[in-house]
Amino acid sequence: MFVRTALLVLKKDVAIELRSYEILSTTLFFAVACVAIFSFAFVKEGQAAEDAAAGILWIAIAFSGTLALGRTFERERYGETLKALLLAPAPRPAIYLGKLLGIVALMFATEVLLVPMVAFLFNAALFGRPLLMTLLLLLGTTGYAAVGTLFAAMLVRARTRDVLLPILLYPITIPVIIAGVRGTSALLEPTPDEALVVLWISLLAFFDVVFVTLSLWTFEPLMTE
Amino acid sequence: MTAGFSSVRLVDVSRHFGRRRAVSRVSFTVERGDILGLLGPNGAGKSTLIGMMATLVAPTSGTISYPGASASTGADIRDRIGVLAHELFLYPELTARQNLTFFARLYGVAHHLAVDAALEAAGLSDRADDPILSFSRGMRQRLALERALLHGPSLLLLDEPFTGLDDRAVGLVSKRLRDLASGGAMIVLATHDLDLADGLISRMTVVQNGRLLADSAVSEGVRQRYRAIIGGG
Repeated sequence: MFVRTALLVLKKDVAIELRSYEILSTTLFFAVACVAIFSFAFVKEGQAAEDAAAGILWIAIAFSGTLALGRTFERERYGETLKALLLAPAPRPAIYLGKLLGIVALMFATEVLLVPMVAFLFNAALFGRPLLMTLLLLLGTTGYAAVGTLFAAMLVRARTRDVLLPILLYPITIPVIIAGVRGTSALLEPTPDEALVVLWISLLAFFDVVFVTLSLWTFEPLMTE
Repeated sequence: MTAGFSSVRLVDVSRHFGRRRAVSRVSFTVERGDILGLLGPNGAGKSTLIGMMATLVAPTSGTISYPGASASTGADIRDRIGVLAHELFLYPELTARQNLTFFARLYGVAHHLAVDAALEAAGLSDRADDPILSFSRGMRQRLALERALLHGPSLLLLDEPFTGLDDRAVGLVSKRLRDLASGGAMIVLATHDLDLADGLISRMTVVQNGRLLADSAVSEGVRQRYRAIIGGG
């Protein structure tokens, strides 16, 4: 029942997105614009500033992720469909999980374009260790989206939700962003320090377990007025 | 339709939002076959009461019980409740069929038969595969009512269900509600429209400033009784 509900919510979100591509296209556009602007500032005569690529990649992921979170829950606000989901006899944490999977899928789809773009513009060897890079992205995205999904759902009824979401989200996800940036930087060293990358990946996995567990645990009481 | 709980009992239910008392020590019972009109001016606490009965809003004090429910957990109770509010609880980008199929699956209903029957009842079989963005308010409202009824709820909570409906649609919805009540469903209808409530509701429960002013059986003359209770109007 739990997994079935989560997959049902995910499938519904995908079906809506496939009808308009509204969130994917705006998120992609924003992420690409963000990276392009940074490239003007940090790439001089074909040489990128040292360590800039890792930071810019994760800033673009975080900013575009916030945009995706806001738009996804704006959809649920219109017509009060989040309320309809909460009224269903399904376990409410499963609804959270379904929304989280949808956000992670959207952010990952954005990263499919974002990572090659950063690699190209900043001449960064992001594909040198593809498995480690994929793990960093997957775990970092999940940790960021786990907190973001909970906060975006909580703020659906707040008038100032667009302002409050980043204010609440960024400070709490700082450990995820730091681990993502440091792990990516370690991968971009001339001789990548794999042990250090694995350490940051382990930390990200730990954050994910903590954030997802806490969110599943608190979603129902937080969503009941 | 009649499986599930046999009544809903509110005892001394209060709900405060900060210092504001939205509902204050309200008690009433809804029995099978009742169409209870929850009446009162704006800000009386009607929507908060509906939210509490629907398990969306937790009472600050007092109890809401569902005697006869097979279990006391939120999900089991929600399985027997249908809600239709002014907001339609539908995804405008999806078609009528996609909306109903999604909610049927969410409620664990055998979706093919239930969805076809719901589309038929809403009079939208020929528009089943159109996105509901293209529907009129009345069409959406009919679809929203059928969405709320997909799982055959014992308790149907309606908050201003006649908004945007023309006379014919109002007549159809009213008939549907009477049929449901005679089939044993409990219906709570929060509305401002006393003319529509007249002849439809079997009991009127009047609230004002979060307090219960009256709770009695009624068949006709709703407006006169309401005026006598509230004063003016």
